[in-house]
Amino acid sequence: MAAEPRGFDVIIVGAGSVGSPAALSLAEAGLKVLVVDAFASPGQGANKAAIGGVRATHSDAAKIRLCLKSLEVFSTWKERYGDDVEWHQGGYCFVAYRDKDEATLKGLLKVQKAHGLDIRWLGAEELLKTVPDLRPDGLIGGTFSPGDGSVSSMLATHASYRQAKRLGAQFRFEERVVQVLAEGGRVRGVRTDKGTYLAPVVINAAGPQAREVARMAGTDVPVAPDSHEAGVTEPVARFLGPMVVDIRPAEGSANYYFYQHRTGQIIFCITPSPAIVGIDRRETSEFLPMISRRMLGIMPKLKNIKVRRTWRGLYPMTPDGSPLVGRCRELEGFILAAGMCGQGLMLGPGLGGLLRRLVTDRLEPEDKQTLDLLSPYRAFAGVERLK
Amino acid sequence: MNHRIESHPILPVEPRKSIEFSWQGRKIAALEGEVISSALFADGVRVFGHHHKDGSPQGLFCANGQCSQCMVIADGLPVKSCMVQVRPGMRVEPVDGIPTLPPVRGIRGQRGVRELEAECLIIGGGPAGLSAAVELGKAGVRTLLVDDKSRLGGKLVLQTHKFFGSMEDCHAGTRGIDIAKILEAEARKHSCVELWLDTAALGVFSDGLVGVLKGGQEYVLVRPQTLLVASGAREKSLAFPGNTLPGVYGAGAFQTLVNRDLVRCSEKLFIVGGGNVGLIAGYHALQAGIPVAGLVEALPECGGYKVHEDKLRRFGVPIYTSHTVRSANGKERLESVTIARVGKDWKPLPGTERTFACDTLLVAVGLDPVDEFYHKAVEFGMAAWAAGDAGEIAEASAAMFSGRIRGLEIARALHRPVGEVPEHWARTEALLKSKPGKLGQERHPPAREGVWPVFHCRQEIPCNPCISVCRQHLIDVGPNILGTPRFKGGACTGCARCVAICPGLAITLVDYRKSKDEPTVTLAYEFSKGRINPGDKVTVLDTEGARLGDVEVAQVLPVGQGQPGLLVRVKAPTEFAVRIAGIQVQGPKESEPTKAYAPRVEDDAIICRCERVTAREIRELIRAGSRDINEIKAVTRAGMGACGSKTCNSLIKTLFRQQGVRLEDVTDNVERPLFMEAPLGAFCGCEEDSNGR
Repeated sequence: MAAEPRGFDVIIVGAGSVGSPAALSLAEAGLKVLVVDAFASPGQGANKAAIGGVRATHSDAAKIRLCLKSLEVFSTWKERYGDDVEWHQGGYCFVAYRDKDEATLKGLLKVQKAHGLDIRWLGAEELLKTVPDLRPDGLIGGTFSPGDGSVSSMLATHASYRQAKRLGAQFRFEERVVQVLAEGGRVRGVRTDKGTYLAPVVINAAGPQAREVARMAGTDVPVAPDSHEAGVTEPVARFLGPMVVDIRPAEGSANYYFYQHRTGQIIFCITPSPAIVGIDRRETSEFLPMISRRMLGIMPKLKNIKVRRTWRGLYPMTPDGSPLVGRCRELEGFILAAGMCGQGLMLGPGLGGLLRRLVTDRLEPEDKQTLDLLSPYRAFAGVERLK
Repeated sequence: MNHRIESHPILPVEPRKSIEFSWQGRKIAALEGEVISSALFADGVRVFGHHHKDGSPQGLFCANGQCSQCMVIADGLPVKSCMVQVRPGMRVEPVDGIPTLPPVRGIRGQRGVRELEAECLIIGGGPAGLSAAVELGKAGVRTLLVDDKSRLGGKLVLQTHKFFGSMEDCHAGTRGIDIAKILEAEARKHSCVELWLDTAALGVFSDGLVGVLKGGQEYVLVRPQTLLVASGAREKSLAFPGNTLPGVYGAGAFQTLVNRDLVRCSEKLFIVGGGNVGLIAGYHALQAGIPVAGLVEALPECGGYKVHEDKLRRFGVPIYTSHTVRSANGKERLESVTIARVGKDWKPLPGTERTFACDTLLVAVGLDPVDEFYHKAVEFGMAAWAAGDAGEIAEASAAMFSGRIRGLEIARALHRPVGEVPEHWARTEALLKSKPGKLGQERHPPAREGVWPVFHCRQEIPCNPCISVCRQHLIDVGPNILGTPRFKGGACTGCARCVAICPGLAITLVDYRKSKDEPTVTLAYEFSKGRINPGDKVTVLDTEGARLGDVEVAQVLPVGQGQPGLLVRVKAPTEFAVRIAGIQVQGPKESEPTKAYAPRVEDDAIICRCERVTAREIRELIRAGSRDINEIKAVTRAGMGACGSKTCNSLIKTLFRQQGVRLEDVTDNVERPLFMEAPLGAFCGCEEDSNGR
């Protein structure tokens, strides 16, 4: 069935962590939005692999700003929209068992505070009051940012999708974009394996597939997915407040982190080192032995909690660990919102607002700085310190 | 209160050591080696906790380690009560709401994870897995077989009835419990076959390793050259209001309680599902002395073997075809069941409801293969096979055969000189999987003289023990074992061996030799000995359970050869002697409907037991256009619970079909390990300080 070409104001490629809240934000501005996704329902790509952490605790102004906005959106979602996205404000705790990590974490406090982040350094004793089950031996201290929290990635994205639909946004699932249509240096729409859709603006929010979609627009973006593995346990009564992040490297892994979700389940994730580049999402036997060793090393209480499920998710990485957001210089009307480096969920709502202002030409002065920092054309000199 | 079976017509009741544990602080007795759920049932406890989401009472459902509904807190930790054995002094508490993670006193060390290699790993030690292990053992293949239970045999250990099939190929005429022992002994003969009990397979990984939890404690990664998935089946659930009330559970769970653990778990039960599992469960209930108020089957005919159905009818159990369960009623536990006739759309017809008082409703609506390990292994390109129910749901006799075939195929794949798989094996496997066939006419002896076997077996099923035991070779079932038996004529000696062996209890012997006017009829009788004595008046029934009259018992004999079961000889009038097929064991009073008020608590069916997701919630999503089970999961949590969508997935698919959606248009749930929950500490070989556990 060949669909008639239809006109929209904006077409978003990808109904995931970024595409869904962007669709909502654009629909709220009264725009006619179409979202195209290859999966059968929203958030079935990298989104549902996200463990749910939402933090503004980053090391650069752009992400701090966007995530502060996301925190505001998630924490007020229920009042604003009525859906329960399992928001829980437990904070984030980056722990230090080595002088080196103490120095790194303390070094970042200044810039973090300068951007309005509520974050402080807690010595070992004080930290143990916040996270009583941490192994005390060798604990130096850690940062605590009480404003951070967590949501269900699946519920959050689905809520955006539902609210966007309510405002008239249209979603096409199980449709793969095969061509970005252009004419005279301007984007005209997209062609999928099922139909053709026209719009003067196309946003590439295709996550791990962003490079593929960008190539269809005649441009290349340095987005290469690698994979992280995660797991979830049975629910237990709350005993753990914040997300615990241990940035020490160990054999086979860089950092790892875990928190207790609103449902009482512990959700955990590890960053393999060296990175496993590619789109392979099949589960490996190495993950559980690796992460259980590390988690029990700092929290023996977790010994008896039962692991329920594990999975592998993709982190669409960029050379410097920061997203690529902004207008494409090669094709007018083509906008990038890609390379979230595994942080699409926490950046999503903040980014949604930014994309709305970008599309409607209502950028605020702060936005311009954010877009400069996230420019796809930047030099990629720096490296994000808190990946 | 003691709810134990003190004597059983088939099963030996051996004395076992009693141990003491506590439930909610109250001391109760268990038998050594018994799982917690059975010990609780034996004490009359049916409610194991209350769900954190809605406070609904929770109890046993599968008794098979699959569903997680029977969770209790044992010595501080949530466990599946059907899988964990009682230890002396164990403190067991209900799971009321979300459990608290106990403190850990400190960790002594982390052993790491053992990795080992095997030429073949078999998941599951039931009829298929054991049969394969025997073949692999003969071929000298280094085989590791893991099974999550503490006893080998899988569901054979629940089967007190004699098996169908052919005697040469699959031990037909022998009881399942005895076949389990035979297969285990054969497998143990081979030193290259290692058997790990209490070892659940947790997952298959993309690097070709299989994670197992040995003895419930030690995580071991096995790297098999070949993998045989013989993990059997799990029972399907059914959606009706009240379907998760304690007292509503699987027929397999019932057989586990009654036949494996000898717990008299019910005072009266009702059954939904007229397949072999439901029909046999009804028979097992009667053998255990538990009355059966009735059985409903939604189709116009029962799907199980006619001999099983007839047997149940003859014992006095009404079978309601074209009926379904309207609701299971009760507050904290099942008090009654309301059934109704089904209309054209399979929905209960208003005005046709009838309510029966009972404390137990057995759900026997079919089985789903436990095939997630196989799917993953295939996805990961491993050399994998499936045997038994994990491959295709069929009778255990077929499972044994498919196990043998897969075993030989694997040995061949490992370049063992075992030769080709004999062609007739494949034919036999196919034959044993045959669905019940045509219904024929019952044939009666042409003359009122001599002695004759009468076959009340009218349906084509794969079964032949009667022809195998007849020393005079007077019985014929035709070219293959599917045919119905026929007496060829000739000099029947009246030895009654065919009567004794028939798995369907469908052969009688009519003997006119002493009296032409009052012949004797010999019937097989598998109820307790004290229940029937010479001189008793008993009600006899025809093949389908219609009452023929009351007759006098002449003799009660053991079947001989140390086998359990009896032969009962009755004196019968000539006019209906040949039609006698059974002796009534349950009077009509047991199956009368009740007029009492039926307290209903639930008004909607639960689809996902673990997360308490109702049919309505899922139906609304389907109506709103959802065609992705992953989306239903994301929004409702259906499938996110402890069991990992094992019970809800097929119910969700049924809801799609009921809404007129073709399953080809529905994206299925993505399966991810672990397929069984396991403690985080196991994955690094974590050892707690000696002060701790």
